[in-house]
Amino acid sequence: MSNSVQLDQWQKITTVEEIPVLGARVIAAPAGQIAIFRNSEDEVFAVLDKCPHKGGPLSQGIVHGKSVTCPLHSWNIDLSTGCAVAPDEGCAKSFAVKIESGVVWLSREELQATHG
Amino acid sequence: MKKQKLVMIGNGMAGVRTIEELLKLDPELYDITIFGAEPHPNYNRILLSPVLAGEQTLEQIVLNDLDWYKSNGIHLHLGKTITKIDRKERTVIADDGTVESYDRLLLATGSLPFILPVPGNDLPGVIAYRDIKDTNEMIDVATRYKNAVVIGGGLLGLEAANGLALRGMSVTVVHLAEWLMERQLDKTAADLLQKSLEEKGLKFLLKTSTEAISPNAIGDRVGSIRFKGGLEIPADLVVMAAGIKPNTALAESAGLHCSRGIVVNDTLQTFDPRVYAVGECASHRGTAYGLVAPLFEQAKVCANHLAEHGIGRYEGSVTSTKLKVTGVDLFSAGNFMGGEGTEEITLADPIGGVYKKLVLKDDRLIGACMFGDTADSTWYFKLMRDAQSVAEIRDTLMFGESNIGDVGHQGHNKAAGMTDADEVCGCNGVTKGTIVKAIREQGLFTLDEVKKCTKASSSCGSCTGLVEQVLMNVLGTDYSATPRKKSICGCSDLSHDEIRQAIRSGHLISQEQVRTELNWRTPNGCATCRPALNYYLISTWPHEAKDDPQSRFINERAHANIQKDGTYSVIPRMFGGLTTPAELRRIADVAEKYQVPTVKVTGGQRIDLLGIKKDDLPAVWKELDMPSGHAYGKSIRTVKTCVGDEHCRFGTQSSMKMGVELERMLFGMYAPHKVKLAVSGCPRNCAEAGIKDVGIIGVESGWELYIGGNGGIKTEVAEFLCKVKTDEEVREYSGAFLQLYREEAWYLDRTVHYLARVGMEYIKQKVVDDAESRKALYERLLFDLKDAPDPWKDFERAGVDVRQFKTIPIVEVGNV
Repeated sequence: MSNSVQLDQWQKITTVEEIPVLGARVIAAPAGQIAIFRNSEDEVFAVLDKCPHKGGPLSQGIVHGKSVTCPLHSWNIDLSTGCAVAPDEGCAKSFAVKIESGVVWLSREELQATHG
Repeated sequence: MKKQKLVMIGNGMAGVRTIEELLKLDPELYDITIFGAEPHPNYNRILLSPVLAGEQTLEQIVLNDLDWYKSNGIHLHLGKTITKIDRKERTVIADDGTVESYDRLLLATGSLPFILPVPGNDLPGVIAYRDIKDTNEMIDVATRYKNAVVIGGGLLGLEAANGLALRGMSVTVVHLAEWLMERQLDKTAADLLQKSLEEKGLKFLLKTSTEAISPNAIGDRVGSIRFKGGLEIPADLVVMAAGIKPNTALAESAGLHCSRGIVVNDTLQTFDPRVYAVGECASHRGTAYGLVAPLFEQAKVCANHLAEHGIGRYEGSVTSTKLKVTGVDLFSAGNFMGGEGTEEITLADPIGGVYKKLVLKDDRLIGACMFGDTADSTWYFKLMRDAQSVAEIRDTLMFGESNIGDVGHQGHNKAAGMTDADEVCGCNGVTKGTIVKAIREQGLFTLDEVKKCTKASSSCGSCTGLVEQVLMNVLGTDYSATPRKKSICGCSDLSHDEIRQAIRSGHLISQEQVRTELNWRTPNGCATCRPALNYYLISTWPHEAKDDPQSRFINERAHANIQKDGTYSVIPRMFGGLTTPAELRRIADVAEKYQVPTVKVTGGQRIDLLGIKKDDLPAVWKELDMPSGHAYGKSIRTVKTCVGDEHCRFGTQSSMKMGVELERMLFGMYAPHKVKLAVSGCPRNCAEAGIKDVGIIGVESGWELYIGGNGGIKTEVAEFLCKVKTDEEVREYSGAFLQLYREEAWYLDRTVHYLARVGMEYIKQKVVDDAESRKALYERLLFDLKDAPDPWKDFERAGVDVRQFKTIPIVEVGNV
């Protein structure tokens, strides 16, 4: 199975406009709940909505810079990698995002439930 | 653009700390070069004493290993001493001929030990106690020789003597003054200290000055030492610990103004604007500090100016002393000797080995000196730094913090008495051992660092005092206390007060404005400062500053309480704890329809529906058709009431009516933290008004008002504010107090914290004595709360972004 994502393998999710600035939306995908964040630079990130600490819903946190602070115990997660900022350790799965004319696309392959 | 060149002379703690702070602010600004005379990377000089005492190893005390320099792109020259600074050419020259040019130069040359000018002071075996080399030599000598003499009965001398004694040497401490540590202790405390050290086997010669040091019979090293008056004792090792002096030779030769240190201004700049100085070599307002805490404060300010942010000033420090000799508890800080205009409170138990002295001036604690029982030292030090009035606690001040209320939790309030396995932070399950280990191994100095690395005290904060005690016990003198001026978060150096003032005086109405005007380091703040700024803006400029829901914690954004599994709890408002059969029926219907797993009666006299999915929230609110209870907010929560004179045979006042009126008046009131009220109809006080932010108790002739109570983390009994006659007065006085709290408290301070900070007298003056001030406060409160929207009903006006309640479903993923 290849990890690279082909052009025709993207699924349309929503528009950038539909995500609050410095906020998030949640999508319910076969792969699980995924949080899509939008920061003040209109960058969009997609991360599994589960803090590596105790599973808190990252989508509900405060977004700043390229990070989100988990609402449960204030871990800071780097949105571009899904990984906790030091000194905390752990990563939430991050998803590839494509933006085209204000439309947000996620990889179909990654949206699928993971097997095994 | 070519990077500017920053050269630092000296590779010690203050200097490297400055570089660390600078890299945090702007890692790209400079090309950095460091010259260190010692062959080691930056290590924790303070922990040389535990190394000497055999409690730690040299490897454990390295703060920045060589990889750190490398990964930050710093050119490090170890074992090279700079011999010349050419300020005209802007170059420095090292003893091996290395030449380096600079745009900015940072002097961090530290201090030199004071070597007594006596014959024989250059014999082998006569050393100072400053660095790893000295420490190694002492450890080595202790394995081969018997008699050691330490010259100097100050902090360093005693730690050296203790270490050598632990390594088996017979140690005599020679001291010029009348008592030990005369600059940190008064005579009574020093005598107790001497007694306890004598019990450990140390010998002392006080009021004794050294005349000569002589070689041994073979003449290969020191053999004896002679004092004025003729006494001569054998000495295989002489440690000079008679003081330090700022190392200014290099600066002086470069023509920089020095006067007992390299003279710097409040921005740590020397007389040459391209040259900065920090640490023990610098003289700031006439003082050269020798303890790490003030040096780190300097480092922070210096880095800020090097990074060209140009804000922040160093205004001097209050320092404290704690001896790092295991088994000896000693603490002193501030002006412990007293003097004109000061008062002293002392407690002395010479047999029990306990002595405490507190020095007061104008109702403020200005100095403390303690021996034998130093458990409350952190608290006293805090009272001094905060310059808090102690007039109201003067009677019990001597007996410590535990005597003025219940500190900490689970009865643990003395860190020193805890074992390593004891839990310090109950929220995150962090033991004392974990914290001690982190402090030692990771070189932590401040509460913030401990919070970050161990999570201790990072949740509810009730163990903060304990953590500070642990820090102080491990680091001794070098505990870097939270600065007097506490900055809001890592995004800015400004304090809560300064930010509030800037918002008011500059009429700032948006966060962008605040962050631009006040030079924020981050583009959109962080999870700590954003909610605070948002509150400060909307409370200072109501109906003008725009509320930013994305700067609120999730509970205030979703208008429900997030639970550990990501579901929410919903608590509708029941004014005064009163409800109706129709409301109860609707609650029951909603609970069934949405399969609410848990329905619970709260402590605030209402009903909690737990386990509701976020997407269901709007429908649940609609079907409940009751106002939001704001049970999730830093806002008015509940007004708890007892039955009162409508039914109760003891009732003297209509407490339910009063409570409902108050709760209606305060509907939608956001505050620095949650606000709870209670109204009791008689002094039996069934509504528990004594532990509420505002507690109101009906008496035959009117109402008594109490403020600053709290039933949470640390139970606090509310204090009596005043007595009033009418219901309208109850609303006006409590409203005025709450508005004062809303305008002046720091975000996340409960009323009790605010009260402790400003004092009851101040509040009485603003709310009780000055009728005009009270009316103005009350009016501002009513203006702010005018037409407060219900966030469960009026999404638009309450700024509720309803997109958050709509999960985007992806049922089927197209073919891959």
